[in-house]
Amino acid sequence: MANNTDSRHWRAERDNEDIVWLHLDRADASVNALSVEVIAELDAELVALSENFPRGLVILSDKQNGFIAGADIKGFVALRDQEEATEFMRGCHTVLDRLESFTFPTVSLIHGFCLGGGMELALATRYRIAEDEPRTRLGLPEVMLGIHPGFGGTMRLPRLIGAPTALDMMLTGRSIGARAARKLGLVDYAVPHRQMYRAARQIIHNPPRPQRPGKLKRLIEHRFARPLVAKFLRHRVAKRVSSKHYPAPYALIDLWLRYADEPKKMLAEEARSVARLVIGDTAQNLIRVFFLQEQLKSQGRGSDFKAQSVHVVGAGVMGGDIAAWCTLQGLHVTLQDQSPERIAPAIKRAHELFRKRLKHPRLVQAAMDRLMPDVKGLGVTRADVIIEAIFENADAKQKLFHAIEPHMKPDALLATNTSSIPLETLCETLAEPARLVGLHFFNPVAKMQLVEIVRSIQTDANVTHKAAAFACQIGRLPLPVKSSAGFLVNRILMPYLLEAVVLESEGVRPEVIDKTAVEFGMPMGPIELADTVGLDICLSVAQILAEGTTATIPDRLHKLVEANHLGRKTGQGFYRYKKGKPVKGKLDKNIFSPADLTDRLILILLNEAVACVREGVVENDDLLDAGIVFGTGFAPFRGGPMRYIQDIGAGVLKDRLEALAKRHGDRFEPDAGWQRL
Amino acid sequence: MAQRKTSKGRPVYIIDGSRTPQLKAQGKPGPFTASDLAVGVGRVLLARQPFEPSDLDEVILGCVMPGPDEANIARVVALRLGCDKRVTGWTVQRNCASGMQALDCALTNIATGRSDLILAGGTEAMSHASVLLNNQMVAWLGEWSRAKRMTDKLRALGKLRGAHFKPIIGLLRGLTDPVVGLSMGQTAENLAYRFDISREQMDAFALVSHQRLAMAQDKGCLGEVETIYDTHGRYYDKDDGLRRDTDMARLAKLKPVFDRDFGNVTAGNSAQVTDGAALLILASEKAVKKHNLPVLGRIIDSEWAGVDPAQMGLGPAHAMVPLLKRHGLKIMDVDYWEINEAFAAQVLACLEAWKDTHYCRTELGMRSALGEIDQARLNVDGGGISLGHPVGASGARIVLHLVNVLQRNRAQRGIASLCIGGGQGGAMLIETEKETGHGE
Repeated sequence: MANNTDSRHWRAERDNEDIVWLHLDRADASVNALSVEVIAELDAELVALSENFPRGLVILSDKQNGFIAGADIKGFVALRDQEEATEFMRGCHTVLDRLESFTFPTVSLIHGFCLGGGMELALATRYRIAEDEPRTRLGLPEVMLGIHPGFGGTMRLPRLIGAPTALDMMLTGRSIGARAARKLGLVDYAVPHRQMYRAARQIIHNPPRPQRPGKLKRLIEHRFARPLVAKFLRHRVAKRVSSKHYPAPYALIDLWLRYADEPKKMLAEEARSVARLVIGDTAQNLIRVFFLQEQLKSQGRGSDFKAQSVHVVGAGVMGGDIAAWCTLQGLHVTLQDQSPERIAPAIKRAHELFRKRLKHPRLVQAAMDRLMPDVKGLGVTRADVIIEAIFENADAKQKLFHAIEPHMKPDALLATNTSSIPLETLCETLAEPARLVGLHFFNPVAKMQLVEIVRSIQTDANVTHKAAAFACQIGRLPLPVKSSAGFLVNRILMPYLLEAVVLESEGVRPEVIDKTAVEFGMPMGPIELADTVGLDICLSVAQILAEGTTATIPDRLHKLVEANHLGRKTGQGFYRYKKGKPVKGKLDKNIFSPADLTDRLILILLNEAVACVREGVVENDDLLDAGIVFGTGFAPFRGGPMRYIQDIGAGVLKDRLEALAKRHGDRFEPDAGWQRL
Repeated sequence: MAQRKTSKGRPVYIIDGSRTPQLKAQGKPGPFTASDLAVGVGRVLLARQPFEPSDLDEVILGCVMPGPDEANIARVVALRLGCDKRVTGWTVQRNCASGMQALDCALTNIATGRSDLILAGGTEAMSHASVLLNNQMVAWLGEWSRAKRMTDKLRALGKLRGAHFKPIIGLLRGLTDPVVGLSMGQTAENLAYRFDISREQMDAFALVSHQRLAMAQDKGCLGEVETIYDTHGRYYDKDDGLRRDTDMARLAKLKPVFDRDFGNVTAGNSAQVTDGAALLILASEKAVKKHNLPVLGRIIDSEWAGVDPAQMGLGPAHAMVPLLKRHGLKIMDVDYWEINEAFAAQVLACLEAWKDTHYCRTELGMRSALGEIDQARLNVDGGGISLGHPVGASGARIVLHLVNVLQRNRAQRGIASLCIGGGQGGAMLIETEKETGHGE
């Protein structure tokens, strides 16, 4: 039957059983996303169908990487005010309502990612069939962008699988696999690829009753039950984020509380709620952070470097975890250290990581087979990437590089995970100093996405690019930085941590300091962060960074390290630790808390950030924000340090710094870089 | 007894080899399955080579009791080692000599030109030996799963008896000869009786086995052992069957375990039930040249002999003779010997048999006694009694260790041999290359 030849993105095919297969293959894009154009064309296709009913409709994606990744975020950034946003959302609703209203069976055939708006489109069809493959992921992650589902998901998901699970999925933004989706009723079938088309036909020829949650789950939606549930959910969300910083989850709970038993009203209010959120600061900043992530990923594009095997030297906390992470990504890894004793604990940790992430015993075994303990360093000759992660000693590292270099593949990447030794020093013993690059991972490797790609003037640009490509290959975000003390993240964190120590020496309780920082939006307070990193490491990094400057390191830090109170790893630092968690005292209202506490902590951090951009540690403001947000968890809803400065006003902040300098010392002297802002 | 002809064909070289530490079975399944053991050592062995795993032509492994997920374990291991799907794999079984059988099959394939580069050896996880349901129980389970209605299920339940629950201990049954109805240990008792071997002699032999292994560990003579790692943060780098504290007094205290009332064969003078894997790389001259491979030695010849199952321990005595005959060798022409220590009594019986003129004339087709093997040149770094005997692997382990001993002592010729449950013997003649030989 008639193909709508105006469609650039959609292709409808009617087969001999009168089933219409509607393929989405978004033009000029590698990923299917719902842009304004895509949605408009979908509408046209659906209108054409309503004039000529088929036996059934199947919506599927022609792109190998997945079904639909979500709405086109760029579209959201372009919306200027709440009216425009609401209009836009309502428009999308109309299209999906039309899809839902068809009386013939409609099926979504899902493979790969089915997220956000894509999930909501699938929810508007009567049935869903997912490919039973690890890559299949279904979810509604809008909350991570500071909004909540806005294409009908808030109404359709609870209706399908019940409010408890639906709200949990939408409040956390987590995604689930095909089998879990089947168990929940989110999809009707989870089948291997070879069965998908047959399953779609089958479900159209013999349409079962549409999935609905059981009576027990429906009780929660009752008018009298909802307020209690809402209270419980708010309490749970509050444990992780405040409503001031992240309004979206609370807006979602409110939406559900008020309109859960009025589907049409809920849809209208959903659109309004999202419109309200999307033009707000938090959403705009989180969307910006999302684009920053894409910017970091693009640092690795354009290089065809693809590693098959990695050799890691040093099986300590960092080396062992880097090796495990690379193995998890499918690479063959050899892990070297001086003796089996040093390697065995890393193997155990790797196994735990594989069990948690891969789950299936066959996949776990395959991963364990790929990770080879290698006391003799046999892996050097075959490795595409060699990562040195031994203890921080320039001499030892130099000796190691000198020994490895002659045995390396000519194209292999030689990288160091050093956090404090200059690249220039390390490459002294190399025949080809230009091939050494820094790949600075953060702890814990499995959680921290950022990797600083450290280059010195000598480092070959090709090598830096390969390193960035490798970081992308293993699912990390590469941030190119200049080789200088502390690189970017540690350099910016250090004054912030030290200021916290100074405050503590002045008599402010560490709990107060940490609470203040968390209220600003840091994921963890500076005192707890110092304890977690290890006070000995903090001290040594501080000493290295203080070299050649007038900065002084608080005595308290020295004293604690001398007493072997190194933080969480020794059970005692600034806090006492029980089972790895800090024991924090209760704070009463009258506790001593200086008025400029937040300023002292945050402005000194911002000052260092400004200095870093001025010195060219990173190329520009955007990359600095990306690095700090992903490397430290700095309040993403604020968009990053430089964006925060822009939002508040550079002049205002500079004045505050000068005031602090007068009151507390010239460590608060504004850096020359503030002029530019 | 028919004289088998020597296998003519291309020379077959031993390039390299490694084995896992041998781990004593501790009454519960050990940390590694048979394929885990082979993969654990195989990947290190292959990482050392100048060629890629996909350059192998095939993988041949001996294994007597693979686990339920290890059907054709050689293929499973080949795939897990990262060999390309085109590298074929097959598994062989000749009971206690399965590891040597694998080497023999590789020998044939290379000699006849079918293959050029083979990974061959053996692996066994005896601690994982299956405990089976008896046939009655299996039949009952079939009935149970066919019963659909509640009444049928209840009726089936009513048919259960105690006898249904009696398990079959796979390991014990495997170590018993089904044709003559004797356990391996009892065949050793037979030999002790026939050749008048005393309890003291057995224990003394066992003590030497432990002492030699201890010395070998201390002096670093076991370079072919590669450390393996489990998933609980532990690593294994030594054969753990070694008892440094054993002495004649302790051995004398042990009770006989096979002829419980009046026997002499104890757990102390028998091989231990053990897990382990041993792998070798065998190559043709073409492969040696192509990949520029170093050569440790050559497998010159092999022989398999059949003997009375009730006296299976004499297998080596019979299998080694044709090798000597075919190559015109006398005992003193052989520099080092490895005779797998299944039981002290059994090795001693073989030595006695060769000293006995009557035996050599009537059973081995010789005109006079063969002579006495110098025990200082036999199992010089310990044997199955101290090291344990993972049945699928030992055949390969002794060939690997023998070639290393020859290299270490700059010696030329060695024979490795094992007795085989069911009444057979297997032997291989190994030589190291002379100065003007091939490779490095």
